[in-house]
Amino acid sequence: MERIPILKMGNFLLVTVQVDMHDRLAMTLQDDLTGRIVKDHAHGVLIDISSLEIVDSFIGRMIGNIASMARVLDAETVVVGMRPAVAITLVELGLSLPGVRTALNVDKGVELLKGCIEQRATANGHVAG
Amino acid sequence: MATLRDEIFPIRSSDDIVKVRQVTREWALMQTFSLVDQTKIVTAASELARNTLEYGRGGEVRIQAVQEGPRRGVRLTFTDQGPGIPDLAKALQDGFTTGSGMGLGLSGSKRLVNDFDIQSEVGKGTTVMIARWK
Ligand SMILES: Nc1ncnc2c1ncn2[C@@H]1O[C@H](COP(=O)(O)OP(=O)(O)O)[C@@H](O)[C@H]1O
Ligand SMILES: [Mg+2]
Repeated sequence: MERIPILKMGNFLLVTVQVDMHDRLAMTLQDDLTGRIVKDHAHGVLIDISSLEIVDSFIGRMIGNIASMARVLDAETVVVGMRPAVAITLVELGLSLPGVRTALNVDKGVELLKGCIEQRATANGHVAG
Repeated sequence: MATLRDEIFPIRSSDDIVKVRQVTREWALMQTFSLVDQTKIVTAASELARNTLEYGRGGEVRIQAVQEGPRRGVRLTFTDQGPGIPDLAKALQDGFTTGSGMGLGLSGSKRLVNDFDIQSEVGKGTTVMIARWK
């Protein structure tokens, strides 16, 4: 079966969503990712959607679901590389992704994730790193 | 109004939804839509194709490239013989869903296009027409 690859980058997981995902593939990704967060003890998930030409409410819901599940598993989610035309369209569609952070690209996303995790560690009274 | 091109595509599987998105993109490009306009009509098409499949138990879409004076547009008409929609006003509200969706397909696609028309009869089926103009 066709699958979207999930790469491990240190404490983070990186998912690069390819062009035009069909619905079953999106559902599989959601399941695979939840499993990997647990297995790899990941603290963060980066979802690179720079190759997505559209985001409709189905894909939006999938991203939202991933973020909520990640949070339950104590991991942060950052969506990176959303195209401007996609962002404009999402607003008009009425889709907001509460609790999902966004960053311009993977590098900025990693920075953001590191910041979030450090903050959390400090709040919990642990030394970050 | 002149019709420059006119074709019908089936909507029977989730791969057909991908196909509808691709064809809508091609036709919007052919009509020289801007990138944002392309994205809006393709997103609306994706939402409505999914409704046809999920709620209408499958159906078809008619795609037309149209021209009215200097205005060029893409029109899509989604038709199914599914269960129909008992309360259209409700179905068109943001957040209303009888499934597990976000309830933004109808209301959201209406905002993404210039023309929107929906006809539905319980037990007979549903037809949704959208058009976006350049
Ligand atoms: N083609 C259709 N046939 C029957 N019911 C439909 C159809 N399209 C939409 N609906 C009804 O309208 C509701 C709202 O649709 P939509 O705004 O796309 O939200 P969602 O797909 O998230 O449920 C659906 O939950 C369904 O009850
Ligand atoms: Mg829908």
